[in-house]
Amino acid sequence: MSNLETITRQLVEALLRLDSPGVGALLDGLRPLAGGGPSLDDVVVPALERIGRDWEEGRVSLSQVYMAGRICERAVERLLSPDRPVRGDRPKLGIAVLEDHHALGKRMVKSALRAAGYQLQDYGHGRRPQELVEMALRDQVDVLLISCLMLASALRVSEVVAGLQKAGSPIAVVVGGAPFRLEAQLWKEVGARAVGRNSAEAVAIVRSLAEREPWA
Amino acid sequence: MGMTSSQRLQETMQHREPDRVPYSLPANMHPARDMGLTIKEYFSRPEYVVEGQLRLRKKFGNDMLCCYPFAGLEIMAWGGEAVYFDQGPPNAGAPVIKRPEDILALEPPSVEENPALRGVLEATASLKAAVGDDIPIAGVIVSPFSLPIMQMGFEAYLDLIYERPELLERLLRINGEYCVAWAKAQIKAGASAIVYSDPASSPTILPREIVLRHGLPTARSIIARIGGGVMIHLASGRGKDLVDDIAETGAVGMSASAEEDLGQLKAACRGKLTLVGNLNALAMRRWTPQQAEAEVKRAIAQAGPGGGFVLSDNHGEIPFLVEDEVLMAMVEAVERWGRYPLDWVVVDGA
Ligand code: B12
Repeated sequence: MSNLETITRQLVEALLRLDSPGVGALLDGLRPLAGGGPSLDDVVVPALERIGRDWEEGRVSLSQVYMAGRICERAVERLLSPDRPVRGDRPKLGIAVLEDHHALGKRMVKSALRAAGYQLQDYGHGRRPQELVEMALRDQVDVLLISCLMLASALRVSEVVAGLQKAGSPIAVVVGGAPFRLEAQLWKEVGARAVGRNSAEAVAIVRSLAEREPWA
Repeated sequence: MGMTSSQRLQETMQHREPDRVPYSLPANMHPARDMGLTIKEYFSRPEYVVEGQLRLRKKFGNDMLCCYPFAGLEIMAWGGEAVYFDQGPPNAGAPVIKRPEDILALEPPSVEENPALRGVLEATASLKAAVGDDIPIAGVIVSPFSLPIMQMGFEAYLDLIYERPELLERLLRINGEYCVAWAKAQIKAGASAIVYSDPASSPTILPREIVLRHGLPTARSIIARIGGGVMIHLASGRGKDLVDDIAETGAVGMSASAEEDLGQLKAACRGKLTLVGNLNALAMRRWTPQQAEAEVKRAIAQAGPGGGFVLSDNHGEIPFLVEDEVLMAMVEAVERWGRYPLDWVVVDGA
């Protein structure tokens, strides 16, 4: 087993034990982001992805995904010095909960992305489609992440997509949340660019979009 | 003469085969559309809900009726508000517990005097007067352990569970007082059983250890105090790993998630718990009548033999946007495939 795989496995175990000091100790041994040797990114993101997949498949529970994200987010923020920007300014990310008044999904996606070194603009919850379009256009985000809990809200993502298209904007809309998870075709129906079935997937989605889009 | 809905449900809950598989298609917002009302208007008057339930019975033949409008109602009872939408159920608005310490001064609302809850009790009583003993009416409570998700917001509640166990215990006791009074009042008004909505006790949401420490002990004590038939609903969360623990709470039934194998779940529940489920409510909007029939047939084949099964959706609520045509196809499919004995089902190993 490679060194990286061993550390990732140890990290998953420590996260599921809610062992923050153990997580801190494991991460202290790594370098922040890119370069030679295992970096934070090489283990934190895979560990969160593994826990996210385990949740989808019924092996761990949502609260463990939440706690793992929270612990990683804090540990990574402690390790990265505030005066040193982690990544470039792009991609610029915005996140919101459309219509609903339940922000846990958004919170978890934020934790995962921040643990991977991204910064996000948080547009809050209970937002109307038009409001979101205006905010995303104003800030010129590259990716707009939308979390929904209710089916009726999820369906209104199509209004956000239409609003952005009408403005000629290339902003990529990425969706997630219970209705998208339990109804596999819904994301396509509402015209989203991508869907994440657990919070950690947001990182891989943003990365793969970044490879295809002319942001960097 | 065939059985009444009450007899059919009684029989299946004794783990015997009635005349056909009982079913409930809780399209509880659909009547608003037929009656030319918005969802908000529809839920604003007990008489609308009574008429709506009678219409659902007439149209779809549901074996169980229910006057409980939506979970956000509980938050109205605790002094908060509901946020309404045109095309779907209302949500609970801002949390009523703003800081964990608020729990120290929290008092349960009185059930009988609460306008929001009184409407449900009135509706239940007049529906009972209309249907008598032939059709059972389900009461609903959101469990003491799941209620805090709305009372304080999910994130704050998870932090409380992990970091403030003493406040959690206190909150569970306060909520327990309220939940028992609320369930008893619904039974007194005419409900014949209580659906105990407790997705926080699903391993989809919280780990088994925490559920066994807090969720199910709470359920056990509340069920004993309610003193009527109680079914534990995990609101589409998984439950297979908890079957024996749920059976020990004194519950007579549990929900079946669409994310689990219904046949395996049935094998675990046989003789112990009646299963209710497991059609994927969110997928129904896209089903053709043929798919609806195939899904009903699948569920009956997996869980129907031997009784102990009520066909329903996985969540206890069919989305407003599901077409009547699809619901009608399900009703016809139960008629076609749900008559006992289920001769067409090939039982494994037989
Ligand atoms: C627990 C629960 C409850 C609890 C608490 C709910 C709450 N949060 O307030 C109670 C019992 C109170 C409840 C009530 C209701 N519920 Co409920 N509930 C659930 C359940 C089991 C979990 C919901 C939850 O909060 N999950 C936590 C969040 C964080 O999970 P998530 O959204 O899936 O997010 C994960 C991923 O999807 C991903 N993700 C999320 N967002 C994003 C965004 C991006 C960009 C990416 C990449 C990833 C991502 O990351 C997260 C972690 O991996 C679900 C069913 C289920 N199996 O999921 C139903 C569910 C959400 N409920 C539903 C409904 C309808 C309701 C009610 C409206 C019922 C009613 N008529 O009253 C009420 C509304 C309550 C309210 N707050 O006002 C429906 C909603 C769909 C629909 N039919 O419209 C669901 C999906 C059930 C179903 N199968 O139909 N519910």
